Amino acid sequence: MRIPPRYTQMLAVAVMGAATLFTLLILVFVVVFVLGKGLPVVNFQFLSGMPRDMGRSGGILPAIVGTFLLPLVAIAIAMPLGVGTSVYLAEYTRENRLTKVLRFGTDCLAGIPSIIFGLFGFIFFVVMLKMGWCLLSGGLTLAIMILPTIIRTSEEAIRAVPNAYREVSFSLGATRWETVWKVVLPNALPGIVTGVMLGVGRSVGETAAVIFTAGSALRLPASMFDSVRTMAVHFYILAREGISAENAYGTAAVLIISILLINLATYGMMHHMLAKRNK
Amino acid sequence: MKAGGETAIRWGLMLVAFSALASLLLIAVFILKEGVPFIVRTGFRDFLLGSNWQPHRQEYGIYPMIVSSLWVTVGAMVIGAPLGIAGAIFLNEFVPKTVMKIVKPTIELLAGIPSVVYGFIGVMVLAPFIRAHFGGPGLSVLAASVILGIMILPTIISISTDAIGAVPNTYREAALSLGATRWQSVHMVTIKAARSGIVASIILAMGRALGETMAVIMVAGNAVRVPGSALDSVRTLTANIAMEMGQASGQHRQALFATGVVLLCVIMTLNGIAISAVRGGVRRK
Repeated sequence: MRIPPRYTQMLAVAVMGAATLFTLLILVFVVVFVLGKGLPVVNFQFLSGMPRDMGRSGGILPAIVGTFLLPLVAIAIAMPLGVGTSVYLAEYTRENRLTKVLRFGTDCLAGIPSIIFGLFGFIFFVVMLKMGWCLLSGGLTLAIMILPTIIRTSEEAIRAVPNAYREVSFSLGATRWETVWKVVLPNALPGIVTGVMLGVGRSVGETAAVIFTAGSALRLPASMFDSVRTMAVHFYILAREGISAENAYGTAAVLIISILLINLATYGMMHHMLAKRNK
Repeated sequence: MKAGGETAIRWGLMLVAFSALASLLLIAVFILKEGVPFIVRTGFRDFLLGSNWQPHRQEYGIYPMIVSSLWVTVGAMVIGAPLGIAGAIFLNEFVPKTVMKIVKPTIELLAGIPSVVYGFIGVMVLAPFIRAHFGGPGLSVLAASVILGIMILPTIISISTDAIGAVPNTYREAALSLGATRWQSVHMVTIKAARSGIVASIILAMGRALGETMAVIMVAGNAVRVPGSALDSVRTLTANIAMEMGQASGQHRQALFATGVVLLCVIMTLNGIAISAVRGGVRRK
């Protein structure tokens, strides 16, 4: 017997609508659950105090500092490389075999799981270059991890700058680099910043690549060669070793709020960029 | 003078453009250099098909971990793929554009929730639930599959919606003008046209599930054995690396890098397929 199309239509809408709703509910549940359990723990002392007794009590200041510094180091390294790459791909060369290889390399790098970055960072920066577990080892590892995101987003932003801008600049006698530096990059800036922010978001939430390269010291770092612990790592250690569920929830709440704020800002910027392009 | 500067900048940028590729090669070289000699020494068969992982007795067989990774990943796909694709279709075809414009960013926003948080939810909420209602230790293949299935939803939804959104509207109009219902036009025309993108989203999500580490360590239970049922505790390849890396040295550490080599090979193959699926789709259009 054949079911009339009218009913298959209704059935399909019901099933897929339920699936969509279910997806949203789960994701909202995760946020609400963590914030509900964690926010009561969070107060000024929790945010600004030093941890005591391995994090069983006290605050999470070093973890907050680590979470702020590590992505900063990563960006300082990845941004010049990523933007430089995208400028070369978009402005200095045509599509040829070389760009295909470069693009393939970027795509492959984007697919490597974070634990492999952790292994590599550990054996290369920590062991072979004898840098030890530190801010710089972790920053370098994260920089490689977020490089593909920055390259892709920046290239898209640079390509979105209208050609007329470049032509005007060339007609005024500017060289290619002057055009890139004074005309193209300023106009592509919101897109570039979007890519960088995406990288920051990913770095802040990362654990596997960080724990083997930046270590997990619960101190305030004094230099690039000091070990740091990020909030994600702190949360993982508190939860995994059963040190303190209460402080784990508190850390998770601060972590999630930071990431949501970063992503929200990124989204706002991306939206702004798209609106400008479609004008 | 000016021309000389320009040439220098061109060469400088070209050099910089190799940074991603060079990093990729560096990673591959160092992981392989640490891992491959170990695999050769232990024997390809003994390493991949040996079922004893006892580092203190110099026994390094990763067969249980390979099977566990496979089960957990397949489980995650069974849960995540239908939900994600249904969501992507629903958002594109059955919902006003304004709703889609709110829902899609919300889902992408939530893609940023760190994996450790998902893992923790798995431990606190999901594992006790499984223990109470299905039996077993709770921390299991099932728990890991559910958590990973949820974690890959944003990946699948985001890439699939882009693929479905890229199908030209004329296709849909043609189907509808022939008297098809919306659902008929979706499953007979739109999905087929967006196939390569949807497949790519599934393969990329598979790579992500296979490579996920922290959430899996927390919810899978980490017993080294071939699982007999979905309620058994298991240890995946990624969990094996991350759990023992801290204490390992010498041969044990090399064994963990060798585990990384296996993981890297599988994931690179998956990504290669996904990248060519996307390219193939673009070429056809």
